[in-house]
Amino acid sequence: MSETSSQRAPGSGFFDGLRAALKSIFFYVLLGHYSGIGALSYEFGFDPVWMVLCTLLIWAAPAQVIVISTLGTVTLIEVAVAVTLSSVRLLPMVAALLPMLQREGTRQRELVLPMHLTAISVWAEGMRLLPGVPKHERIGYYNGLGVGLLSAATLASAVGFYLAARLPPLFAAGLLFLTPMSLLMSSVRNTRTLVDGLAFGLGVVVGPVIAAQKIGLDLMWTGLIAGTAAYAVHRIREATT
Amino acid sequence: MTATMAEIGPYLALILVGFLPNEVWRVLGLVLVRGLDEDSQLVVWVRAVATAMLAAVLAQLVLSSSGALAAIPVVVRVGAIGAGLLAFVVLRRSVFAGVLVGEIALLAGATLWGP
Amino acid sequence: MEPYLALLLVGVLPSEVWRWLGLVLGGGLDEDSEIIMWVRAVATALIAAVVARIVLIPPGALASVPLGVRLAALGIGFLAFLLIRRSAFAGVLVGEAVLVAGALAFGG
Repeated sequence: MSETSSQRAPGSGFFDGLRAALKSIFFYVLLGHYSGIGALSYEFGFDPVWMVLCTLLIWAAPAQVIVISTLGTVTLIEVAVAVTLSSVRLLPMVAALLPMLQREGTRQRELVLPMHLTAISVWAEGMRLLPGVPKHERIGYYNGLGVGLLSAATLASAVGFYLAARLPPLFAAGLLFLTPMSLLMSSVRNTRTLVDGLAFGLGVVVGPVIAAQKIGLDLMWTGLIAGTAAYAVHRIREATT
Repeated sequence: MTATMAEIGPYLALILVGFLPNEVWRVLGLVLVRGLDEDSQLVVWVRAVATAMLAAVLAQLVLSSSGALAAIPVVVRVGAIGAGLLAFVVLRRSVFAGVLVGEIALLAGATLWGP
Repeated sequence: MEPYLALLLVGVLPSEVWRWLGLVLGGGLDEDSEIIMWVRAVATALIAAVVARIVLIPPGALASVPLGVRLAALGIGFLAFLLIRRSAFAGVLVGEAVLVAGALAFGG
């Protein structure tokens, strides 16, 4: 098997990756999640081109939801701070991924596309499937995986946008509701420890309280206060056991 | 800093506060693993842009007509910067010397030609 | 005030970030390190706040659904998620069903 695969054209991993994307459960998760995001951007008054660009450039659901739901009403600095805080996970993801992709002689610019395509769904599938892919095909494979899932998301967001504009209010409401629901589920699914779960619970409660104070940067303050509180609980528990 | 999307448009806003703060983490992940190629074109460009932005902010600070500096003539302010820069270059690139000379020049100029 | 904030952001922060990075780099990037944990908590709390914001200050069509229905749909959907083998699909489905049913029954 390794004899023939090493004679395949470079970049052949790409189509394998693409196929893997279509067979992945995340394909459907993204379709649902991003049709909600498309609908959200319609309701907040953005145009479809902007929305497609938003998905292609940012490619991270929490950051996109923050941008879409706050950009029109708060200052640019607040949006930037909130987005910066929400996307921290991307760093360890990319750092964990790259050693699996690179070999001797891999140039930095070959890793730029995999770097940008990294999102939770792409990364999770990649980490799961890459060990089974021959090393010299992995970059192509990951690119295929990423492009496949990103395309699905982009398409879904366009459809969601279109549907939100045409459907009767009840269905549009349902579409919009997908966003908080999927963010809730995926956040809780990703909780590995008490800290994460507590952080989420506190965030839901503290958020509206701080927002009501009308001091600006409420998302950032909520993140810092609720997140640090959850972390503090964790430290206290560690210290007393 | 209190600017909103209304002032720069949705597309520029998307890039500045949506794309950049988000992508920064991915790029940092890449840098963490690969190290920073000091000579790569991207790094050179980023440093150039950051330096240019810094220069613009400095210029605005010096030339702005608000605050305590406003009472001092523009010529004096700019002259003080120039004097400080000269001192820096001449005195073995000492930041301390440059700042000191600049301050003295500013105070002297303000006393002589100020209100 | 504003030019000074800009100076801080553009002049000081970028260099600080690299120093901080050096610290992290030096210690390696341990997934379970305390710093990472705190950062994750902050990010998670922030996303939770965004969820709350959308449910409590809903845009467009969602605004015509009564607040009680929205909260109930979120809560019951979450419950379904927990009970049905932590299935996000089940949770979303149940949540949506409750929303639609509630909107029809109590909506304006």
